[in-house]
Amino acid sequence: MGDERKIRILVAKPGLDGHDRGAKVIASAFRDAGFEVVYTGLHQTPEMIVSAAIQEDVDVVAMSVLSGAHMTLFPRVKALLDELGADHILLTGGGIIPEDDVAELELEGIGRLFGPGTSTSDAIAYVKEWFSTTDEA
Amino acid sequence: MSTIERDLLKRTDLEKALRRSEIEVADLKTRLAEWEERYDALPKRDASFSTVSGREVKPLYTELDHSRAHKPIGYPGMYPYTRGPYATMYRTRLWTMRQFAGFATAEETNQRYKYLLEHGQTGLSVAFDFPTLMGYDSDHERSLGEVGVCGVAVSSLADMERLFEDIPLDRVSVSMTINGPAIILFCFYVAAAEKQGVDVSELRGTVQNDILKEYQAQHAWIYPPEPALRLIVDMFEWCSDNTPKYNPISISGYHIREAGATAAEELAFTLRNGFEYVERGIARGLDVDSFAPRLSFFFDVHNDFFEEIAKLRAARRIWARGMKEKYGAKNPDSWRLRTHCQTAGVTLTAQQPENNIVRVAYQAMAAALGGTQSLHTNSMDETLALPTEKAVRIALRTQQILAHESGVALTIDPLAGSHYVEALTDELEDEAMGLFEEIDEMGGVVLGIEQGWFQQEIAKSAMRQQREFESGERITVGVNSFTEGSSDVEIEMLRIDPEVEKRQVASMSDMRAGRDDEAVRVTLAALTEGCRSKENLVPLILDCVRGYCTLFEIRAAMEEVFGSYKEPVFF
Repeated sequence: MGDERKIRILVAKPGLDGHDRGAKVIASAFRDAGFEVVYTGLHQTPEMIVSAAIQEDVDVVAMSVLSGAHMTLFPRVKALLDELGADHILLTGGGIIPEDDVAELELEGIGRLFGPGTSTSDAIAYVKEWFSTTDEA
Repeated sequence: MSTIERDLLKRTDLEKALRRSEIEVADLKTRLAEWEERYDALPKRDASFSTVSGREVKPLYTELDHSRAHKPIGYPGMYPYTRGPYATMYRTRLWTMRQFAGFATAEETNQRYKYLLEHGQTGLSVAFDFPTLMGYDSDHERSLGEVGVCGVAVSSLADMERLFEDIPLDRVSVSMTINGPAIILFCFYVAAAEKQGVDVSELRGTVQNDILKEYQAQHAWIYPPEPALRLIVDMFEWCSDNTPKYNPISISGYHIREAGATAAEELAFTLRNGFEYVERGIARGLDVDSFAPRLSFFFDVHNDFFEEIAKLRAARRIWARGMKEKYGAKNPDSWRLRTHCQTAGVTLTAQQPENNIVRVAYQAMAAALGGTQSLHTNSMDETLALPTEKAVRIALRTQQILAHESGVALTIDPLAGSHYVEALTDELEDEAMGLFEEIDEMGGVVLGIEQGWFQQEIAKSAMRQQREFESGERITVGVNSFTEGSSDVEIEMLRIDPEVEKRQVASMSDMRAGRDDEAVRVTLAALTEGCRSKENLVPLILDCVRGYCTLFEIRAAMEEVFGSYKEPVFF
């Protein structure tokens, strides 16, 4: 079935930050683009996010972080995914994340992180591209 | 002359005037038709002629678009306050230049406050970190990685004392942006003032304390709506008796707008929330005039210059009418809408951030022309990280240039009578009234929140704006157009050292070690008991605070009775 399968994505809001405009816009845009989208709601711990990702059997976790806590939250979610044998899941996201931090997080195995002013179509294209290269394997 | 004769004469005068105005209107219509013919014949630019809120704008406005007799604009400081809440406006005092600031620990933020005061800022505004906003102590496990990052960490009276060290609280007005645990932070503040030896009845300032918009847009809640509303009415009651110069609430449209709402939605949801608080106060048995004069507002000032000015004018008129006619307030201070404004964070771009200085400047100008009482201007680098001192100084200088060089503060409500601005003011008022009806039909504000109606309306508007941006229909300079040079951002960034969290956690444990544990236990238990009764909770929380109970301990003592809020999840 390959190309026919819908990509499943979990849009997640970790931490205490309540700014969900971006997360909701991204969730709607992915749904409109034919993805199966699950949205966690606000104030999630890394544990809650990883458990939802595994339970929902998603391909991708997209986290929105505007609180400045990205250097804590992304590595923590990544470590938990790896620990629970879910390292096939792509961890990506966006928010207010300085370029130096983006580079550092990429080195730790986190996918692309999108900043303010991003077009949703860029994020969608990125995930589709990632999926088409990994799905062949 | 008999009364009948006099009446007859009056009637003829009126009829004459009416005929005259009919002739004038007919004449206007003829000339307008003539212009329209010319306008239609000429080519137009390929662009959308609508405001950022999606409002279609006509190419030309005339007196035919407004001057409706039932919407008089009146005079400043007089009902219905369209032209401003005060008779003299900026001739007595310029708006308060109040920059929102807070980061790291109380000591570091205290230094920034002193810096701002030395540079001519006239009021303080506290930004708390996310743990504080949600009622968690710095040493709570949920606070990990967020302590002092987006604002200052304040977990007990000890932190509040350090925050205002050497800043006399009877002489500086302080605004605090806090909502879910607002009543607790307010008590920290009152107790810190007591410690300074200040007479608390002299306290001036504002606590945001607007929980309804938290459920709708900003999402820093703790308790479900009903107990949360009780806490707010407790504050109204306590403040009117004890801190008569202090505003116990700032009813905020800012976050509603930033989350995606249109100008009309921001206006309507905010004012309807305001009226909800008034109804709750009246239901408690409070005299409306005992608390309404201290209700204050907070609006966003977004990109569309004229629409934002009209929004502020319409807000004053709707509030005045509602308070006088519907809620029977008799004190003019209860009719008068006073507001803080902030330029729109959401309009700032990470690309070519220097351009943000320009955006902020004209948004600030709209706030002044709209008659704001205080203003925060955003710093150009806020989409990248916390603002640096230099960026904050430029933002403050923007207000000073506006106030002292541009001439906008010379005369009151200078745009009054502009066909466009008056028409927009009328239109926004009508739209808000329409939205009020929708909310009432749905069963009111709390039901609308529980059903996710407000949240969905806001998300829909956000999505429309995103689509317009992505299709290129709406231009954002430097982001989807004129992007040359957008990739070379050279901006210095303020970073919070991870050591801050460690220092704050250590200072919490010192504080805990030095307090009277028995007093902590007793005052917290009394508070939990109080939550079960109808007693005003402010004195009970003050007792906890004075004995250095922490934010989370007090939050939890109330949560035992009140429970916590669960959001309706959707997108």
